[in-house]
Amino acid sequence: MQSVKVAPVGDSLQLKAREVVNDFSIHVATVNGSGSQSSNLILLRALFEMGIPVSGKNLFPSNIAGLPTWYTIRASKYGFTGRKKEVDVLVAMNGQTGTEDVESLHPGRAVIYDEPLRLQDLRNDLHFYPVPFDKLVAPVCPQHKLRKLVRNVIYDGVLASLLGVEMEELRRAIYKQFGKKPKAAVLNWNAAIAGYEWAEKNLEKSDPFRLERMDGNEGKIIVEGNAAAALGAVFGGVSVITWYPITPSSSLAEAAQEYLKRFRIDPETGKATFAVIQAEDELASIGMAIGAGWAGARAMTTTAGPGISLMSEFVGLAHFAEIPVVLINVQRMGPSTGLPTRTSQGDFLSAATLSHGDTTHPMLIPATPEECFEFGAKAFDVAERIQAPVFVMLDLDLGMNYWTADKFEYPDWNMDRGKVLSEQDIESLQGDWGRYRDVDGDGIAYRTLPGNRHPQAAYFTRGTGHDEDANYSEREEDWIRNMDRIKKKMIGARRWLPEPVIDDNAAARIALIAAGTSHEPVRESRNQLLVEYGVESAYCRVRGWPFSHNTEEFIARHKRVYVVEQNRDGQLRALLRRQFPAIHDHLRSVRYYGGMPLDARSVTDAIVEEERL
Amino acid sequence: MRTAPVRRRRRRKAPAENRIGLGPEPYRGLKTTLCAGCGHNSISERIVECFFEMGIDPTQVVKLSGIGCSSKSPAYFLSMSHGFNSVHGRMPAVATGAVLANKNLLALGVSGDGDTASIGLGQFVHMMRRNVPVVYVIEDNGCYGLTKGQFSATAHLGSTTKSGIANELPPIDTCGLAVQLGATFVARSFSGDKKQLQAILKAALSHRGTAVLDVVSPCVTFNDHPGSTKSYKYVRANNVPLQSIGFVPHFDEIHVEGEFPPGTVREVEMHDGSLVRLEKLEEEYDPTDRIKALDRIELASEKGQILTGLLYVDTDAPSFTEMLNLDDTPIAQIGQDRLRPPKRALDEVMAELA
Repeated sequence: MQSVKVAPVGDSLQLKAREVVNDFSIHVATVNGSGSQSSNLILLRALFEMGIPVSGKNLFPSNIAGLPTWYTIRASKYGFTGRKKEVDVLVAMNGQTGTEDVESLHPGRAVIYDEPLRLQDLRNDLHFYPVPFDKLVAPVCPQHKLRKLVRNVIYDGVLASLLGVEMEELRRAIYKQFGKKPKAAVLNWNAAIAGYEWAEKNLEKSDPFRLERMDGNEGKIIVEGNAAAALGAVFGGVSVITWYPITPSSSLAEAAQEYLKRFRIDPETGKATFAVIQAEDELASIGMAIGAGWAGARAMTTTAGPGISLMSEFVGLAHFAEIPVVLINVQRMGPSTGLPTRTSQGDFLSAATLSHGDTTHPMLIPATPEECFEFGAKAFDVAERIQAPVFVMLDLDLGMNYWTADKFEYPDWNMDRGKVLSEQDIESLQGDWGRYRDVDGDGIAYRTLPGNRHPQAAYFTRGTGHDEDANYSEREEDWIRNMDRIKKKMIGARRWLPEPVIDDNAAARIALIAAGTSHEPVRESRNQLLVEYGVESAYCRVRGWPFSHNTEEFIARHKRVYVVEQNRDGQLRALLRRQFPAIHDHLRSVRYYGGMPLDARSVTDAIVEEERL
Repeated sequence: MRTAPVRRRRRRKAPAENRIGLGPEPYRGLKTTLCAGCGHNSISERIVECFFEMGIDPTQVVKLSGIGCSSKSPAYFLSMSHGFNSVHGRMPAVATGAVLANKNLLALGVSGDGDTASIGLGQFVHMMRRNVPVVYVIEDNGCYGLTKGQFSATAHLGSTTKSGIANELPPIDTCGLAVQLGATFVARSFSGDKKQLQAILKAALSHRGTAVLDVVSPCVTFNDHPGSTKSYKYVRANNVPLQSIGFVPHFDEIHVEGEFPPGTVREVEMHDGSLVRLEKLEEEYDPTDRIKALDRIELASEKGQILTGLLYVDTDAPSFTEMLNLDDTPIAQIGQDRLRPPKRALDEVMAELA
């Protein structure tokens, strides 16, 4: 992990005379279903191609069309691509929210808006740029029906003029976006030109925000976490995916299906080495995945909070009957239906201990697309190694938004199919094996797969009490021995999980712990703490649960450790306290649970208050 | 479909070994822990006989169940087969996953009326809709035995508990539902009718796709009293068999025996080449006609009849695993070389995303 310590931060709008180059946010307010997603992605890609580190986050409602939606782009020459809380450049296309959007701006910011909204009357401390979108779209788009969609690309052209987006990159991004529809590409390109030319002629730039080419994206890709995790699963050898549609995880299963169709159909026979099943509900999707895992497939299901709740009983069965299965949980805001299109880290506790009785399930927690890919593949090795359900914990911010990432590295490790006995193995054991015997002392027993032709291969799988040879048993010794062995196995599971990434610092006044998408804001917040307050910090990013002993030692080394997370109850901290009770008093808590992607300023403010800086 | 009646060659006595050289032992299981006289035990016995006589390799069978008395029974047969006693009402999902992972497995699912028609109704319905290759046996006694005799959703309107409380809700007819949903093999039998149940089970084992067998199987402890419509006595008195069923497995030589008046015998050739021979007891009944089947099932329900026999069959529909066009090698047995796409595949995607 690199920790950048060069960025000057603070309210950049004592900016008057000076220019702000490649370090600001663009916030586009539109109406859901108006085609704005295309124009936003085009803008994002153009900035990416200009070599500017950039991220795009879709802040959308649970709605198909008509409700307000925002898209926020963060350009940062310092490489901070977490959400920026302050909006610098507002594109106001939506009358429903125009007034509120403008009123929330800090002074000195720029507002590009649809002329009839008359937003310039609201404030006198902003840079206003009225644009007659309807007048501009008419000549370039004769078809009335399409105008609603095409007019949004006009703001891309206007922004190109005002901010300095290179038109050639905009053109390439438009043609990439509409790659398969040449007519649409031409139409949109003409609209972008119309916006650009009109702005060049009619707008006088007075704001300080400017973009210019740099070389920050060499060898990088732009990708959503869901697509990255899907690719990971595919290159991890997933063979059965069973799922039920639910935001924000649906696009993961769909992306996986597309990649599987492309790469896992035998070119000679036309036959598939995979099955992707859209189940009737999450009760069935987890059941199918468990059946497939039991019978030897690399099986997974993808879901979100409500699905996790429904899967509870089955996951307990798989834990206790010891069946490998991967669950990718793209977290959204609960409880209940909650905020289905808003991000959260609210399922740490429920996933870790899902189901009744004593149950624990290892979690892998990626923070970047690269890790989505890597963990999406590795989760199968862990699941088959420990013969248990394994969770991969994404969230909506990571899964559904576009991130810049390094190109994914082709897996350089062999798949771990775990302890599976073949016909020959059983023959050499002369049939003397037991499904739940701890032969190796690691708590992991050997299994056979259905279809093994050895006459002594079969065993009986059940969720009820069983002895070491898989016979039904209600004897207390059998029960306790089994539960203790499973516990041993789960503690040992740590060795298969990704280690924390630790950035230690001898001069640190405080330490931070975070996981998943809290990473970008924490990285930036550490910089803010240093530059603005002179506070040195250490940082441990956990990537797996149960936690590594390295995390324990990190906590022990630091007196005040702020656990930053995106839920109300401090779930990550609760897991840390549970596992490390002796040092639990070192742990403090920074929590955000408003549903937006976490931003650095909120983290910094909370720590500043707590530290009385 | 053949037109001449056929009969399988008579065997003088039960052989000590079947056609794959196994004796009956591997087909047996543990001693039952169900009540003495429980219908489910008779069904287990039929399963043992049929799998033995059909010469099915038990290592290639998976036996799965949900929760309930019926779902305990897979421990009592096929000791050489992998078994899975899963969660209540959700065995169809587990069975679906298992056959996706290994399409060569023969899946035998055992469920009960509570497991199927109440908590598991959703999964039951979607399994049939997909035509998942599973022989799905419902051991139907109209009550919850393990929790001491509450009504299940297949209990008939007006039938009573042992203590005399009458059921106020109409039953779900699992067979009617199955036919309506396009299940491709639907039969009803009675645990006390050895000959019919054997023939139907064997036919089901030769079917591709979901074979639903609703077997009325009296609960001797809670539901075998005068107020019950699932008692031995009631079923014997009201059983209306549609056909007398014979079964000729594909590996037996088929030869014609005797003459039957035209229209009295119907033969159905199963996917594996076995023949199901139906000596019609109701002349006009055609088990390939869905609409008529539904009609007849409704009529039986109105008359309080327990209609048994092969209610519906469609031997042409592709099974779920066929529809998915799966590789010839079972997915579970495919190695890393074919599961992990080559590096150039990843390079290709990375270039697209750059």
